[in-house]
Amino acid sequence: MTTHTFENIRNFSIVAHIDHGKSTLADRLIQTTGAVAARDMVEQVLDSMDIERERGITIKAQTVRLSYTAKDGKTYILNLMDTPGHVDFAYEVSRSLAACEGSLLVVDASQGVEAQTLANVYHALDAGHEIVPVLNKIDLPAAEPDRIKQQIEDVIGLDASDAVPISAKTGINIEGVLEAIVTRLPPPKGDETAPLKALLVDSWYDAYLGVIVLVRIMDGVLKKGADIKMMGTDARYHVEKIGVFTPKMNDVAQLGPGEIGFITAQIKQVADTRVGDTITETKRPCAEAMEGFKPAQPVVFCGLFPVDAAQFEDLRAAMGKLRLNDASFSYEMESSAALGFGFRCGFLGLLHLEIIQERLEREFNLDLIATAPSVIYKLKLRDENDIELHNPADMPDIMKILEIEEPWIRATILTPDEYLGSVLKLCQDRRGTQIDLNYVGKRAMVVYDLPLNEVVFDFYDRLKSISKGYASFDYNITDYRAGDLVKMSLLVNAEPVDALSMLVHRTRAEMRGRAMCEKLKELIPQHLFQIPIQAAIGGKIIARETISALRKDVTAKCYGGDISRKRKLLDKQKEGKKRMRQFGRVEIPQEAFIAALKMDS
Amino acid sequence: MASRSPFDAGFGVYIHWPFCASKCPYCDFNSHVRHAPIDEAQYIAAFASEMAHQAAMTKGRQVSSIFFGGGTPSLMQPSTIGAILEAIARHWTVDPTCEITMEANPTSIEAGRLKGYRDAGVNRLSMGFQAMNDADLRALGRLHSVAEALAAVKTAAGIFDRYSFDLIYARPNQTPAAWASELKEAIKLSAEHLSLYQLTIEPDTMFERMVAAGKLTPMPDDEARILFDTTRETCEAAGFPAYEISNHARKGAECRHNLLYWRYGEYAGIGPGAHARLFTEQGRVAIATEKHPETWLKAVKNKGHGTVEEERLAPLDQANEFLLMGLRLTEGIDPSRFEALAGRPLDQARVIEMIDDGFVAQAPNGHLYVTKKGVPVLNAVVGRLTV
Repeated sequence: MTTHTFENIRNFSIVAHIDHGKSTLADRLIQTTGAVAARDMVEQVLDSMDIERERGITIKAQTVRLSYTAKDGKTYILNLMDTPGHVDFAYEVSRSLAACEGSLLVVDASQGVEAQTLANVYHALDAGHEIVPVLNKIDLPAAEPDRIKQQIEDVIGLDASDAVPISAKTGINIEGVLEAIVTRLPPPKGDETAPLKALLVDSWYDAYLGVIVLVRIMDGVLKKGADIKMMGTDARYHVEKIGVFTPKMNDVAQLGPGEIGFITAQIKQVADTRVGDTITETKRPCAEAMEGFKPAQPVVFCGLFPVDAAQFEDLRAAMGKLRLNDASFSYEMESSAALGFGFRCGFLGLLHLEIIQERLEREFNLDLIATAPSVIYKLKLRDENDIELHNPADMPDIMKILEIEEPWIRATILTPDEYLGSVLKLCQDRRGTQIDLNYVGKRAMVVYDLPLNEVVFDFYDRLKSISKGYASFDYNITDYRAGDLVKMSLLVNAEPVDALSMLVHRTRAEMRGRAMCEKLKELIPQHLFQIPIQAAIGGKIIARETISALRKDVTAKCYGGDISRKRKLLDKQKEGKKRMRQFGRVEIPQEAFIAALKMDS
Repeated sequence: MASRSPFDAGFGVYIHWPFCASKCPYCDFNSHVRHAPIDEAQYIAAFASEMAHQAAMTKGRQVSSIFFGGGTPSLMQPSTIGAILEAIARHWTVDPTCEITMEANPTSIEAGRLKGYRDAGVNRLSMGFQAMNDADLRALGRLHSVAEALAAVKTAAGIFDRYSFDLIYARPNQTPAAWASELKEAIKLSAEHLSLYQLTIEPDTMFERMVAAGKLTPMPDDEARILFDTTRETCEAAGFPAYEISNHARKGAECRHNLLYWRYGEYAGIGPGAHARLFTEQGRVAIATEKHPETWLKAVKNKGHGTVEEERLAPLDQANEFLLMGLRLTEGIDPSRFEALAGRPLDQARVIEMIDDGFVAQAPNGHLYVTKKGVPVLNAVVGRLTV
């Protein structure tokens, strides 16, 4: 068995911060190499989901095979791997990167390197990538290519002297990028006579074809009709279809080492195909699976409930369908005294949570109430059992608990100097420990250890707001640490509202409780009677607000005999009430469940 | 007739005159300003056509009240009023004791025509006085002065046995003391009836735009509540108890036509933007006509009526409308009538909750009425009882 170099192939991904032009560059590369006819060109060709296009983010890995005849006269196959860019999908990113030999690092020539870019470029370096820096938006008046080159060298330690200056939007120097891919990125290596070894890069569900699996062949040849098995799960399949994306699906007879393409094999659900798994042939399996495979682990949990209880079964069906396509999201049934029947769901992170919620509402036309996001707490009990707590409502009696541990993260924040004070205060307020602080040009790079439960809710929003949108943020979970955590309950009109209870650090409880009571006072409309709102730890009230009774609510005049107008107003009020939840005699608007947790200071 | 309601509150005819000399900044009624003279003859003919259309659905009714509203009906010539009343008499039977009310603005020009209206058949006048000081009249966009309005009331008193006027209170920066003295003056001028409306900022009015632009600050609810209480107490003491949220009258002097609305009776609605509730073979029907005067005129010419919405009301819609209107009345509602309309009784748990909390009470005759405690928060009380 001998390893060959496949000189005519280049596999690469694009690392960029949101808005720095990754999708636009991908579009230009596709256009320039003629993969998509001009009339079929839509923006963000690779982001096929509406949410991806709207938010400018990539959720699913996508790939496109480009054919490029270079200045040396040879024709190359370029496989562009579009990877998710967000920290929530760090594992998916690492697998996509493992399918490539090199990366383009796209940096906005006026904005410079952001925290997220930094994290992803480190992932690419970890994957052994050769990296070509590309300076985008050089046509803009604010572009400072020299300063940004210097910054890339200072911050990342990459030689940026040969960075390719481009404007993806106007199409300046796209040729230069293509030449750099061919001349500066290494070709893949592999052994075509060896047993099949292919990396499962990603997979998704297609209503017509079943699960489509994106693969990168490392060794051997994958042929149509082959019998394959997934080494992680030992599931076996018969390959029905092999192809490449151009970006349209084009069937091919086989894929050899270094190639990226797709297969279908009568696979029913995405959960059967784990990202990072190794695919081999049943008859002649490879000796070892690829390194780095791990099953998806949810990090953040929240409850999702239908606004209209009658939609529960619809929600269940919708979750089932989404799960077909997204194995990293998990759910199990939950019932809440306040919100009725719903599901406790696990997500890779907050963005993932938002995306799933949005897709459920949008693609399945559901109205949902989301409860406070929670992290996984590890509880050491006096009876020497350890349990994982996903939902504050399930917390055992306090007397049974020996110790509560919570997950911590290491956060990297890049911020312009003028906001540094506010950023440090925010981190400090959230129980953070400073690990590092240094300057990168005019910007400060702050590294903090923070408890994840202080971050899950509104940390990112707060950071954006105190830095006027300039600070960027990235994190990874580091460890579990014991903390003085208590369960705080919220009582509305003396009734506990389970959906609002949360675990909170003792030192933060009073402040948090007061903020929540104040928020609820604003969010719950006046009733015919006075409503006390209280925050409590065990039996002890730590904060209280009162909503006074309604004083005046009467329409002075009825217009002639136009009762319809009044009746329609009443119907509208009733419609509004459907979006309220009844607690004893109090009606709480559903947005209160999330809004109550957002803190202004 | 089988299609008539078993609770016959009477049959009324409402005529809408959609024109005003100018648009008041608080007003969201269907009123339009035209600079060219209005051809009243065209409207007389169109009113008659629309009457024919609605009369065909309400054959044999006896008209117990007629109301000319607007807009400003007192901009019509007395002869026009006379012609319309004749048309009504051609389409239905008019009760000899029929109450015929007309809204009028207390300007000197209109006061000069009052005798003509009486001679045409109007027997009750409702004047838009609105405020008893000139600065507030100007702020409310009124074209008359206090002196002019006082003269108009005096003229009206000499011509009509029954007259009423409207005031708007809870005006920005109005103090309780100022309102109380204004109100006492108004009561002195009153014969039998007063309509006292709290200023409400309605959507799509000049006042709403001013509030949005920060140029007008509506009175806060707590202060408005004090003025509301003052109004009720002062009128009650003077022998003008409230018989509806904003309407006060001596015993027996209530406006019969408005009672018809609040008691959820039957009425035809004629003219641009008018509303009707008719008991037809198909059940109770809600009708609304085209609001834009010239469009309405064209529609009536083309098809004989200006109806743009005709909705057969479902039992629960009827029951809700009955509550919305009936609970505005001091006399309250008969729960058995709710049950007849809705096909089911009122939610007893809610009724008991409202009674226990003191917002609603039961009268000896079995009627449910909203108490002194409940009236200022009527919308919320109604919201608890509707279905």
